[in-house]
Amino acid sequence: MIKKILGKITIHSILIFVSLLSIFPFIWLISTSLKGNSENIFAYPPTIIPTDFTWANYTGVWEKVNFIGYFINSMIVAGGTVLLNIILSAMAGYPLARMEFRGKKITFFAILATIMIPFQAIMLPVYLITLKLHLVDSVNNFAGFLGLIMPFAVSAFGIFLMRQAFLGIPREMEEAAIVDGCNVFQIFTKVLIPMVKPSLAVLAIFTFIGSWGEFLWPSIVLTKDAMYTLPVGVNNLQGMFSSNWRFIAAGSILSTIPIIIFFLCMQRYFISGENEGAVKG
Amino acid sequence: MFRYYGKYAPYLFLMPAAIVLVIFFFIPFFQTIALSLMDYSSSIYNAQFAGLDNYVKLFHSPVFYKVLLNTFIYLIVAVPILAIVPLFLAILLNRQIRGLTLYKILIYLPVIVSIVVAAIAFKWLYADEGILNFIVTSLGLEKIGWLTDPNWALYSVIIVTIWKGIGYYMMIYLAALMSVPKELYEACEIDGAGFFTKHLTVTVPHIMPTIALVTTISAISAMKVFAEIYVMTKGGPLNSSKTIVYYIYERAFENLDLGFASAMAVVLLIIVLLLSLVNILFFEKNRYQI
Repeated sequence: MIKKILGKITIHSILIFVSLLSIFPFIWLISTSLKGNSENIFAYPPTIIPTDFTWANYTGVWEKVNFIGYFINSMIVAGGTVLLNIILSAMAGYPLARMEFRGKKITFFAILATIMIPFQAIMLPVYLITLKLHLVDSVNNFAGFLGLIMPFAVSAFGIFLMRQAFLGIPREMEEAAIVDGCNVFQIFTKVLIPMVKPSLAVLAIFTFIGSWGEFLWPSIVLTKDAMYTLPVGVNNLQGMFSSNWRFIAAGSILSTIPIIIFFLCMQRYFISGENEGAVKG
Repeated sequence: MFRYYGKYAPYLFLMPAAIVLVIFFFIPFFQTIALSLMDYSSSIYNAQFAGLDNYVKLFHSPVFYKVLLNTFIYLIVAVPILAIVPLFLAILLNRQIRGLTLYKILIYLPVIVSIVVAAIAFKWLYADEGILNFIVTSLGLEKIGWLTDPNWALYSVIIVTIWKGIGYYMMIYLAALMSVPKELYEACEIDGAGFFTKHLTVTVPHIMPTIALVTTISAISAMKVFAEIYVMTKGGPLNSSKTIVYYIYERAFENLDLGFASAMAVVLLIIVLLLSLVNILFFEKNRYQI
């Protein structure tokens, strides 16, 4: 009995310790962002609870930085990327799961090969091609958004996820639809797509998170502040407020609020443990 | 089942994805190799065919070896920790305990937050007069130049990568642990085995494929590290925290030495290709079976 209680205490202590480690960097950032000018943020010993509590850093950084603009840009880019990934992955996954055609094997392995090509290794030619296609923000904002979205419009990961989902649908579903006089496009949109909605949701959520946090590609292609997505804008805070850590902290926390809300609303998709298939390499 | 679709239907469905993959994956893939054979060092507008010159330059460059060494250190430090610690946590969480969901949410939080914000948060912890140095000095030790001392910078960056990865791999392990039959543990407990014996003899052998999977995925992502370094150290001081992708970025987009950067990119391609092949052939076979 005593042994059992001791075991429980040990487990909880370890988990509490790890949980604190996980959130401490944010806690410290929040703490700094709430400290007024009369409080030394480098004080020894450090204080977690601000003595000179203020919201001024938030209002200050809000006035100087176009967070709403960054947020809208991030929404457009992540939204567009999710939409295209869902449509293109479902369309490509369907024939790979359900049809026989010449060149199927080659297509399959070609898509598989893209899993092994890291974007970081080919980003330079991707940039040159994007320039050639005039998909950059110096042309116009729409072209700029397309340039941010198109290289990530579909992934082998998504195609295989959808193929897997279509493979799991019983053939009888299609047979019944054929008897009812559906053509192939109706079977796809009216019969099959509704049955793979859970997989589409998983694909959408993980694509959204990936696109929302993407930093490397936007920092390469973007030239105008008005086009910045949140990660690029947040990185830029460091240059704007060089050593004003109160503002940098407040800006970082502000930029994180949307994704935390998204995570808490969708948490079952992340932590239920049912989406082992949603592993991204 | 008879063919209910026309001759061209499969191609029509595949077309949009194929166009994107060709333009943004296959053409750039071959162009990377082509660029690596060109010399852009004198002028970006007037490239000359250079054969293997860029590779010769690469293999004679001390920075290249430094970068490879840094990436290798990244692998041998981050990968074992990311394979073992999340497994340990998953085992602790794989039971009915109070606060289960809250623990999972808190430990998963770093995965969700943008790497840029994570890097800024750590930069603040690592500040010269920052809270980590307060802890270090109150233990009676010398202050550490977390991001300014060449001996420390790389490890300080690795810590961020590890911190951000733990929750992700923990969830993969948790899913795998669900498949371990409970009876095996009961048999073990009757034999009087303790926590570590129980999990080393039952859990670990049972989920070995997942452990191997986590090892290769975390190795591949360690090869691609960029944002942490860009935000925190820019590869410095003295190249001490420069990794492959940061070096490619710097040579391509700051020095405009496209040929040299592409030769470096080909090296990255080869390493990731080998790691991915291991992954696909051994650990994710089922998903990719035709």
